[in-house]
Amino acid sequence: MMLTATAVALLCIQSLFVAAMLTGIYSLLSAALFVLLDAVDVAFTEAAVGAGITTVLFLGMLARIPSRPEQYRKLHLRVGPMLAVLITGAALIYATHDMPAFGDPKAPANVHVAPRYINDSAREVGPPNIVTSVLASYRGYDTLGEVTVIFTAGVGVLLLLGHRRRREDRDAP
Amino acid sequence: MSWLVHYNYWIVIVLMMIGLYLVMARHILPRKIIGLNVFQTSVFVLFISMGAVNDASAPILAEGITQYANPLPHVLILTAIVVGVSTTSLALALIVRINEAYGTIDEERIHQIDEED
Repeated sequence: MMLTATAVALLCIQSLFVAAMLTGIYSLLSAALFVLLDAVDVAFTEAAVGAGITTVLFLGMLARIPSRPEQYRKLHLRVGPMLAVLITGAALIYATHDMPAFGDPKAPANVHVAPRYINDSAREVGPPNIVTSVLASYRGYDTLGEVTVIFTAGVGVLLLLGHRRRREDRDAP
Repeated sequence: MSWLVHYNYWIVIVLMMIGLYLVMARHILPRKIIGLNVFQTSVFVLFISMGAVNDASAPILAEGITQYANPLPHVLILTAIVVGVSTTSLALALIVRINEAYGTIDEERIHQIDEED
């Protein structure tokens, strides 16, 4: 509920700084939700990376962008996107009637490969934390791909922002 | 209460639509990125709530526990969170760069400037 309230506040807030702070609060609340849903690993990643690093990145960006009056212009409701969003939302809610019930142990997602991980990972991999076993062993290629994405994003950010600094150095003398 | 069993999906859909609306309706670029973040987190909640099992414990093996939550969505979302932060950082760097090139972060102003040239 608080998560939804924060998201609604994000709709109405005008100042970009307040919006950035609310994004951090939103991430932290979702981390609390993940704890309630038994996903402790996801919760601390979300709290550290989602709430921490993303907020710092937003503040870094805001520091580099001069504050302008246009950022504080009144936000008005736009009919076209609102209509599209309402129709999509209604269709999605209609579709949920075919989904398995919340917390159902017999849901298709919970009977396929998960029992294998739960029953055999201690013998096959070792650590008591099943998430660690799956992340590092069974789905190690996913993690390798993740590292590739981080590397690419890091190179991209450096290319985008390092460019200006080099030009200033050249112009200075 | 049988009609309430899908409430987790409804919360996810509300969050998702708020994110979608922010992306579609706002033309200040950082607001679009915030919308993307909201959308992204709603997908995280969708996956984790699908992996949740009634009366289950966190997927850490321990004595005396028989029911664990599904660990697979947790792994996928761990990866997704980190990838999401990478894409957000790239998007924010692009905004800084756009602000240097155009002197504005308003999408409509950028289109105007493009048409004037």
